[in-house]
Amino acid sequence: MANKILVVLEQRYNVIKKISNEISKAGFELSQKLNCEVEAVINGGEISDLNKIGNYGIKKITLLKNSEFTKYSPSAFSKSLTEFINEINANIILFGNTSLGKDLAPRIAARLDAGIAVDVIKIETSENNIIATRPIYAGKALVDIKINSEKKVFTIRPNVFNPGEPTENNSEIIVKGISSPDFSTKVVEVKKAEGKLDVAEASIIVSGGRGMKEAANFKLVEDLAEVLGAAVGASRAVVDAGWRPHAEQVGQTGKTVSPNLYIALGISGAIQHLAGMRSSKCIVAINKDADAPIFQIADYGIAGDVFEVVPALIAELKSNKFKKMPSFRRWHL
Amino acid sequence: MKIAVCISHVPDTATKIKIGSDAKSIDPTDVTYILNPYDEFAIEEALKTKEKFGGEVVVISLGDDSNKESIRKALAMGADNGILLKDNGMRDSLSLSKALADEIKFQNADLVFMGKQSVDFDNSITGQLTAEILGYNCVSVVVKFDINENKIVAEREIEGGKEVIETSTPAIITCQKGLNEPRYASLKGIMAAKKKVIEEKNATSFDNKLEIVQMSKPLGKQAGKILGNDSTAVPELVRLLKEEAKVI
Repeated sequence: MANKILVVLEQRYNVIKKISNEISKAGFELSQKLNCEVEAVINGGEISDLNKIGNYGIKKITLLKNSEFTKYSPSAFSKSLTEFINEINANIILFGNTSLGKDLAPRIAARLDAGIAVDVIKIETSENNIIATRPIYAGKALVDIKINSEKKVFTIRPNVFNPGEPTENNSEIIVKGISSPDFSTKVVEVKKAEGKLDVAEASIIVSGGRGMKEAANFKLVEDLAEVLGAAVGASRAVVDAGWRPHAEQVGQTGKTVSPNLYIALGISGAIQHLAGMRSSKCIVAINKDADAPIFQIADYGIAGDVFEVVPALIAELKSNKFKKMPSFRRWHL
Repeated sequence: MKIAVCISHVPDTATKIKIGSDAKSIDPTDVTYILNPYDEFAIEEALKTKEKFGGEVVVISLGDDSNKESIRKALAMGADNGILLKDNGMRDSLSLSKALADEIKFQNADLVFMGKQSVDFDNSITGQLTAEILGYNCVSVVVKFDINENKIVAEREIEGGKEVIETSTPAIITCQKGLNEPRYASLKGIMAAKKKVIEEKNATSFDNKLEIVQMSKPLGKQAGKILGNDSTAVPELVRLLKEEAKVI
């Protein structure tokens, strides 16, 4: 059977998410390598900015439309998507490895009886098949996987495929009404963590560990994060101590992150923590103990007291004209 | 109500991973195996639900004899019965889920808890796959759970917030840290667990659709520069972040 790729785009409250650009780019590149067709699909309601999905070469986007689809429904999204996949006969299906993609992709795989590889960081082709690379053991090892079923499902880790600046899109947009969805499981409310940038989506993260000494001192971590437009992260020790919520925990039993810049304050670097942040593009460590394992993977380090160094760093950043990174990974609501 | 908990037996999170000589699996030498940390939240939630509504908690694990250690831990925490689905080979998540689905159906459990992921392959898909195979509802990455009659209200963690989800039994719930505080096994529980019989069955076999081509270690990161030991190093740090790393 000839290959046909389907890219499953994402929105929340009818606003296109940035991962949609990343997987569009990835899907188009893969279609070039496999010399096959590619199209995209999205579940949603009145999506006004479908043309903000960059013009990466995907010529057709289908909107599976229902007024209730502004919010996620695992049952309705998976049913309508599976029907669509079968209708167009797609055999390679790409999702973002986001909270939605991670929930939805396996449901689709089960319905299609397809092999599934999640959290993919690299895709290569070999003899008309795909070799996907993904981290296991929270990044302590990598595995190359091949899917041997006819239909194949992948989820792609955010922040891995650089889509570049999206340009105005001229894809054909087809609207397909979904009239009687299965709402046996559905979101009834979304609770936004007030004003907070999530570590999973941030391009800069400032994390604090036990070296911050007590919960109140996290003000310093928050202040540095504020200056940089960064998310606040935490080590397991401080989450277990109840200083910070578990949603901020970075590490093997917390979140695996790969921001452009990761600043570790008072974090010694237990193996479980390193596993969760080692793929960050640039790592800065500030810790009194020059022998702490965190310095073995840090690009830059200051082996000093966080309570002396961090205020100086905040002052230096404030006085220094620097380009504040756009927090484009901020959650859309 | 019959409540099932599916658990896995995984390398301790402190383990340094070494790739085995076949380059397709890890070297098990010196590796300590533990009950998957997320499964502790699943066991706790099952026990809490049983305490509220009565019923029975059955623990299911697929693997070899060593899995009994984790099953025993769940029994010591208070689970009623343990089942080992014996299987020595490698399985992909779909084949694993089909075998679990078979046993869940056999047990006639209509509420199932699992950890949101196991900390070895980090897939985070077994709950959703198993639910679809069974035709059950499913809520994944749950940090708050409530059930009344057969109506379920659960909160799942998403980027920057939470989704409140409504559904009904039969259902599979995958558990995230923060859902509860798992209890320690009491001495009485440990003694009782020793007397409980772990039922052994052969796991139903299904074809794998995934093939491991090879495993490797990520490229090691070179230790970088320590710029100083006090705030006098700060201007240089900011300069390097701007000009060399170009991240601010």
